[in-house]
Amino acid sequence: MIEARNLSKTFPDKKGVIQAVSEVSFRVEPGQIYGLLGANGAGKTTALRMLATLLKPSSGSATVAGFDVVREPERVRAQVGFLAASTALYGRLTGREFIAYFGRLNGLSQAEIDMRTLRLVEELDMQEFIDRRIEKFSTGMKQRVSIARTLIHDPAVMIFDEPTLGLDVLAARTIVRFIRECRSRGKTVIYSTHVMSEVEKLCDIIGIVHGGKLLAEGTLAQLRARFNQTDMEEIFVSAVGGGSQLAAAGETRLPPKLPAGGSNSFS
Amino acid sequence: MNWNQVWTVYGKELRDSLRDRRTLISTIVFPAVIMPALMFGFGFMSFKVVKSAQAEIPSVMILGHEKADTLRQAFEKSSRLKMVPPSDDYAQQISDKKLRAAVEIPDGFEAALEKGALSKVKIYTYSGEMKSGFAADEVDRVLRDYRETLVKDKLTARGLPGTFIRPFDIERQNVAPPEKVGGNVIGGVIPYLLIFLSFVGAMYPAIDLTAGEKERGTMETILCSPVGRMELVLGKFFTVLTASLFTVAISVISLGLSAFGVALTFANKTAEAAKAGAKVVGEVMPTISPLGVAGVLVMIIPLAILFAAIVFTTALFAKSHKEAQTYVSPFMLVIILPAVAAMLPGVELNAKLALIPILNVSLVSKEMVSGSFPLGLMALIFVSSCLYAAGALVAAVKMFNRESVLFRA
Repeated sequence: MIEARNLSKTFPDKKGVIQAVSEVSFRVEPGQIYGLLGANGAGKTTALRMLATLLKPSSGSATVAGFDVVREPERVRAQVGFLAASTALYGRLTGREFIAYFGRLNGLSQAEIDMRTLRLVEELDMQEFIDRRIEKFSTGMKQRVSIARTLIHDPAVMIFDEPTLGLDVLAARTIVRFIRECRSRGKTVIYSTHVMSEVEKLCDIIGIVHGGKLLAEGTLAQLRARFNQTDMEEIFVSAVGGGSQLAAAGETRLPPKLPAGGSNSFS
Repeated sequence: MNWNQVWTVYGKELRDSLRDRRTLISTIVFPAVIMPALMFGFGFMSFKVVKSAQAEIPSVMILGHEKADTLRQAFEKSSRLKMVPPSDDYAQQISDKKLRAAVEIPDGFEAALEKGALSKVKIYTYSGEMKSGFAADEVDRVLRDYRETLVKDKLTARGLPGTFIRPFDIERQNVAPPEKVGGNVIGGVIPYLLIFLSFVGAMYPAIDLTAGEKERGTMETILCSPVGRMELVLGKFFTVLTASLFTVAISVISLGLSAFGVALTFANKTAEAAKAGAKVVGEVMPTISPLGVAGVLVMIIPLAILFAAIVFTTALFAKSHKEAQTYVSPFMLVIILPAVAAMLPGVELNAKLALIPILNVSLVSKEMVSGSFPLGLMALIFVSSCLYAAGALVAAVKMFNRESVLFRA
């Protein structure tokens, strides 16, 4: 389970502070997919990084799988599988070494690692390339190894930060299928994107974020009823207060983030 | 502290670094090649230069020899000087290295000798030039011999013994061990090189494990794993330290082997050199105290920790390899300055200098390779270096806990 209570994050800036996330509260139950939908710069990545304990909240609190993100960050991370467009792989390791490294950091024994790797290799169809160096992999191969990395410790909570960003249709479908599978295995899933169609297809609950604030939340049906629209894009635009504001959102200054990853979207 | 995680990170980073060509070049290839290149290069060069200088029979000009016939004959007897006819542009010729030295005999030289009046013979040389120096030495020798003959003749004429003018002889005897003599010549260079290489060895892996990881986008991947920040820093730090110490170890092995090789090479040439009347080998390739080198290695450990932590912290701040190199390169100068200061003559180790990082290790290393071990100061240096290293390591951990550094835009 994930529970965020008035979660806020500010970043220092030359002209003062940037409020990246402001008083966000939500709750995700096991077996549920919660979708954070927002434009670039809305605060999605910052919110998810706080849940994954990569960033410390400026105020508010959150618990993930029963552990507090500030007080027990290591135990939180042990319960979380985190996958983002910006989580790259170690090119000089082989796929198997890479997965085993994360297994060991999660405190698994060599026997457990071997057993789970065997299963993951089969499930994700990686037999052909698992013992080759990652630097030679195609995007699709890398993606499968990344998925295996998030699953090696069988976490209760999955956090996906724009996982389909920059992927082609087929690769994106693999990810979407994988996220669904996480739900059917009873995991708590939170997922951020700016792609409306993915949200419609995947999410049990949708949270619309804009300017660091959670503006609307509910099931697809609830949102349709509330905004009196059927199309997700229309719902989103209504929620954030019209097209003019949405355009302005693109000009919001971006808070700090990892330099690499080729992502120009702060979410 | 979860040491399992520390060693897991260490093992992975070590494996990762060993697969990186650039790291291998900076930690293994570079130190393995530089030592023999240096030893053989300098060894051969100075050997050749000295030998050819001694093989050459220098041209010498006597100005005003018509005034001193006997003296001219004495010069002509010397097989190690070539006399050339006098000319007015002798100074120019010496500058042009056509002439090595010139002797000026004053007017009325022979007459003054007869009367017992003091006169002055001048030798013109090109100061600092080795061949000119050799020529002047030989001219000097001939003049002294001539003077002695004159004195002896005068004493004999008066029925006095040779000891009348020279009641006793003076002889200088060296008690310093050979490595002490050698240590002073090359002693400052070897430890300095090791210090420098310990930095070079740390530099590349430190950048790769911090800024490199950010650049490749793996930092976020590792940060979202359950590994603690402290464990991650230590695992990475130990990898950098290993690379640094490994570089030093390779250099010392390479140094030992090339010293051995140089000794073998020169052993064959010593006979010739000895024939030429030179003890060149001893001067050029001095022996270095092996115990001293071991001492240098011990002293370099805390210094390597300090370097590893400094480079690690600095590189962590950068977003990319390029940026990190920009930040780290100036440190090379910072290292060169105290090391060079240690090589200056007259800079001697004392308790105050023992507290200055890098300079202290440089100075004590110079002492140690020349065979003297100031134990009290050595302890002071070791402890102070360890403290500096610990401080730098704490800074590295602090840096690693700063979001603004890890997620710098």
